[in-house]
Amino acid sequence: MSDTSAAFVRTEQVPPSPPPASATGPVKWAKDNLFSTPLYSLLTIAAFYFIYLILANTLPWIANGVWGTSSLAECREALNGVSGGCFSVLTERWNQLLFGFKYPADQYWRPALTFLLFFAAAAPVLFFKLPRQLLLFTALFPFIAFYLIWGGTILTPILALVGFVAGYFVYQRFVTGSFAAGFFGGIATAFVVWIIGGMLIPANANEGALLSTVPSRDLGGFMLNMMLGVTCVSLSVPLGIALALGRQSDMPLIKWICVVFIEFIRGVPLITLLFVASVMLAYFFPPGTTTDLFLRVVIMITMFSAAYIAEVIRGGLAALPRGQYEAADSLGLDYPQAMRLIILPQALKISIPGIVNVAVGLFKDTVLVSVISMFDLLGMIRGPILASTEWNGVYWELLGFASLLFFVVCYGISQYSQWLERQLATDHR
Amino acid sequence: MKKTVIFSALTAAGMAAGAAAAGTLDDVKARGTLNCGVTTGLVGFAAPDANGEWDGFDVAVCRAVAAAVLGDPTAVEFVPTTGKTRFTALASGEIDMLARNTTWTFSRDVDLKFTFVGVNYYDGQGFMVPKDLGVSSAKDLDGATVCIQTGTTTELNLADFFRSNNISYEPVPIETNAEAQQQYLAGACDVYTTDASGLAATRATFEAPGDHVLLPEIISKEPLGPLVRHGDNEWGDVVRWTLNALISAEELGITSTNISEMSGGTDNPEINRILGTEGTLGEMLGLDADWAMKAINAGGNYGEIFEKNIGEATPIGLARGLNAQWTDGGLLYSPPFR
Repeated sequence: MSDTSAAFVRTEQVPPSPPPASATGPVKWAKDNLFSTPLYSLLTIAAFYFIYLILANTLPWIANGVWGTSSLAECREALNGVSGGCFSVLTERWNQLLFGFKYPADQYWRPALTFLLFFAAAAPVLFFKLPRQLLLFTALFPFIAFYLIWGGTILTPILALVGFVAGYFVYQRFVTGSFAAGFFGGIATAFVVWIIGGMLIPANANEGALLSTVPSRDLGGFMLNMMLGVTCVSLSVPLGIALALGRQSDMPLIKWICVVFIEFIRGVPLITLLFVASVMLAYFFPPGTTTDLFLRVVIMITMFSAAYIAEVIRGGLAALPRGQYEAADSLGLDYPQAMRLIILPQALKISIPGIVNVAVGLFKDTVLVSVISMFDLLGMIRGPILASTEWNGVYWELLGFASLLFFVVCYGISQYSQWLERQLATDHR
Repeated sequence: MKKTVIFSALTAAGMAAGAAAAGTLDDVKARGTLNCGVTTGLVGFAAPDANGEWDGFDVAVCRAVAAAVLGDPTAVEFVPTTGKTRFTALASGEIDMLARNTTWTFSRDVDLKFTFVGVNYYDGQGFMVPKDLGVSSAKDLDGATVCIQTGTTTELNLADFFRSNNISYEPVPIETNAEAQQQYLAGACDVYTTDASGLAATRATFEAPGDHVLLPEIISKEPLGPLVRHGDNEWGDVVRWTLNALISAEELGITSTNISEMSGGTDNPEINRILGTEGTLGEMLGLDADWAMKAINAGGNYGEIFEKNIGEATPIGLARGLNAQWTDGGLLYSPPFR
């Protein structure tokens, strides 16, 4: 038996053979995910058929699109009965869709440059790992943007800046004594600077200025939506925080002012506020002195979204355990320190999805200004472009373009907020 | 045409506060531009072109007034207004005149305190149906579904018409003209009703305009005209007689091509009075002697303006109809220049 040798002894490992075709690759993926049960298979086939139907209609429509004609009638001639989009309206009127129909064409570089600078200014606010010195540019950006878009004499934005700086210094000087003294002293100083400076600027300073003056009435298109969205969001977040804190205040006067403001504004539709801004306010001013319509609309939209943001932040504040407030007190922090260092960082983190939700909604709500005859993107489409004899009847192309622009911005905001939530996720899950 | 009850109430309430500044003519001259309220966009009547220049039938009235007062048809600041903001804009003094396809009605004239200085377009509410519906009269529309813009006088006119003819209909409420076109083309309603000029303009944009017919019935009167505030009759006169000058010019055969020749003097004394070579009509209005000549030069006489913007050669293709001169069987009838 001893020399009986085995017929075969394997000396090396069997090389791994590839898995059967049905258990790997796309086939397995499809089997697991698309056709796992008969019902799912049925649904998958139905869904594919549905997608096919949509694509079969839209893809030729896009592929056959006409780009070079100068009117809808010519488009139809060029298409000759074939289904296809008339994208010529975009190539001919792109400037009106983006900038409105009255912004001087040779000055388009000004809003375009502002748009680019906006990213530089927003970056240090949005990405807090960037060097903090960049915030200086962010602080200057509103004045640069104002000068670039509206033009006119450079003295106006400089005066506004000087007013803010003077107010800030007064605030710094007195805030150590009393917050109220610093706060109101700063505001008063800024107004004094503006009033005195306003008298010093000659009345004809706008004539012959380096950048020609563009009145607010001439702004329009997607530029107007962006301006309203950016201005109102950035103003309404601080205002909303102040309102949320004010609503929780122990001082009855401040508390009730905030409660009444929030409840009143939330109880009124935005479109009503816009009508008040455009129509009714004219009656409250003496004849001849009208405040800029853009400014009136910014104030109304800011108030509206601030009320909503205040409620979102109040939710964040309420979500913090009582112990956090007590911990701040026991450390001996005063109210501003406790809020700044302990309460708000946590409350705001909780509120991010809500705030972003309001911001996205607000940005889309800016198209409502088209009902008070401001020519934002939608106003341009519904008014001048669809009312021109050349393009009356073009809907899908224009509205699709508008949706695309809005989608890009809103999707970007939403992606940023998700990234921010991941960055700030310090809890254990 | 469009009017919501709330806003007319607001307008009326605000009227007391919005004290009309007297001396609009002097204001306009001092300012150097005319603030003219127009629609935010209506095919053929007012819309900015690709270069942002306003153009259209109502716009031409603004330009003529600016030319008469300031001598420059481009010295106009166009203030776009919606159906809801137009009256407050005029009452508050934001605009000097409104030329925005606005129907002259009793309550607007008397209650809202505006002065309609004339009619530049006689419109009326009509019906459009697909040809294969086989309907030749609006009275055959028993049981039809009708696309109708809500909150407008057209809605009320429609109810009146069907009630008085004892037939039934089913309204499909829609908000804007653009929405109506899509609903109608998609077959959501059998009939679309709005002002006849609007129907013609809408039909012109269809891919196959020939498949749709406008029914012969016109069920309402919609005289559209420019208006100014109550209480400033001098300014009202300027706008009224500028419009009349355009209409008279067509009647008397003054066109933008022969006007310079005619301004040298003609055998017709009325032409001479209009063009300022005879009499002192301009002085009476507080304007230059050649005010009407400048107004007519701005865009031609009424007929030329009509043909250029909404006439049969344009895609809108409106016939003169009621808007022909009285000598041609229409309603245009300017008082004499004397």
